[in-house]
Amino acid sequence: MTAQLMRLSDLEPRTAGPPPVEVLAATKMFGNGVRALEPIDLTIEEGEFVTLLGPSGCGKSTLLKMIADLITPTSGGLRWWGGDYGHVGEPGKKLVFVFQDATLMPWARVRANVRLPLDLAGVPRAEADARVDPALALVGLGGFDHCYPRQLSGGMQMRVSIARALVTEPNLLLMDEPFGALDEITRNKLDQDLLDLWFAKKLTVVFVTHSIYEAVFLSTRVVVMAARPGRVLREVRIDAPYPRDDAFRVSQAFAAYARELQVLLAEASTAGTPQP
Amino acid sequence: MAIIDPNNRVLGVVMPVTVGIVMLALWEGLVRYYEVPRYLVPSPFLVAETLVEKWPLLLGSLLVTLKVTFMAFFLAVLIGTLVAFAFAQSKLIEMSFFPYAVLLQVTPVVAIAPLIIIWVKEPTAALVVCATIVALFPIISNTILGLRSVNPGLLNLFRMNKATRMQELVRLRIPSAAPYFFGGLRISSGLSLIGAVVAEFVAGTGGTSAGLAYQILQAGFQLDIPLLFAALFLITLTGVALFLIMVTLSRLALGDWHESELVPET
Repeated sequence: MTAQLMRLSDLEPRTAGPPPVEVLAATKMFGNGVRALEPIDLTIEEGEFVTLLGPSGCGKSTLLKMIADLITPTSGGLRWWGGDYGHVGEPGKKLVFVFQDATLMPWARVRANVRLPLDLAGVPRAEADARVDPALALVGLGGFDHCYPRQLSGGMQMRVSIARALVTEPNLLLMDEPFGALDEITRNKLDQDLLDLWFAKKLTVVFVTHSIYEAVFLSTRVVVMAARPGRVLREVRIDAPYPRDDAFRVSQAFAAYARELQVLLAEASTAGTPQP
Repeated sequence: MAIIDPNNRVLGVVMPVTVGIVMLALWEGLVRYYEVPRYLVPSPFLVAETLVEKWPLLLGSLLVTLKVTFMAFFLAVLIGTLVAFAFAQSKLIEMSFFPYAVLLQVTPVVAIAPLIIIWVKEPTAALVVCATIVALFPIISNTILGLRSVNPGLLNLFRMNKATRMQELVRLRIPSAAPYFFGGLRISSGLSLIGAVVAEFVAGTGGTSAGLAYQILQAGFQLDIPLLFAALFLITLTGVALFLIMVTLSRLALGDWHESELVPET
């Protein structure tokens, strides 16, 4: 383990700021012997919007959960902000995870839901409340703080979930198919708002999706993954200027990137040899 | 149960009351028409008359039964909640002790009441112990179920935010358990009344600690059927009152957010 650490860290080029995440030959084997991930090497740079795109079972969620330190790799490891190998939690750096579902507390109002991470961290009530309002305003839900989650639509609940993530002022935002359950129109709107937020707040985002269009629209870089066994097939840089809007969605460049990813995905679903 | 359609609140009250009045009138009419003797079926009017006439006696008995019921209910909630929290803390504790909680539940209280009455000298205390045993199980099982029925996503969220065990309990497990707990309360309140009445029957204690069940026993022996009906009426009334109190408590606690208390929007 130590020998590998030395070798890998020597290989990493030292840039101005340490990259928020380095995945270093990380693999994942589940208890039942299923190989979820082949060795993966991936570096997320500061300010990037990286999307993990792939068919079901390609291990994109597993990889994201590894980055979130929710799952430990079977071999290899990860490094956050150039810190200790295998330990998240560089002082002053925060990563947050946005789930596929809004996962709000049904018994608590929007305000209390958004405030939860601050409450759990022991932030005084007055200060925490003062931080909730800007977070809600960022996701366009100012004035909804007294609602219960059930009074909100699916899209608005997801916005609350994002506000809850933003209230901690994270350095790295990890999102696991956050808009997967929403209709396309709502999803496009939330994609646009998320992108504007990323651009304005200079966030670093790692985003999981199986929608090609979502990947092209949002990302600076798309990591295409293949299944059985889960691995990285190719990385595609989306070289389109920001801020992006609906004009980009209907542009030639967008269509070209979508076609490229479509071809790669087709390859991804045939390339894998099914395990016995 | 009475109010299902929120738009028909009035109907929900008027209809059952009408049915009740019709039934009582029918009962009164039939008893008079066929001249049924009062030691078989007393007329509702006679029952009401007895209720007023024997009020001092019945009130005393009602208070005794109420005292046993409430003490048993209180103890069942207290013990049941504590046991449930202990069980929820570790699967091992639950695995070790849960079968015995079931054992307590499946043994008819009538069968163990004589033992308890022998062991516990003080009559009221003996009755309370019996009724508590009857009322205990729904609180335990419902609260455990509730404490375990936590949204796994929320649990993940709490763990990612490095919540302490105490924060997890207070902010996540207890609110999640609340709907189940109130369901348990509703069942348990009725059971503590049943337990109190059954225990009184078995104990057959008279004198100062004579509850409504004792009045029913005595009335039965003396063929004072109007008194028997009057006592029965009071027991039923107590049961309904307990149920309504629990429904109100549940609505106050969950009305804002839980599906069970929500009014469907049409």
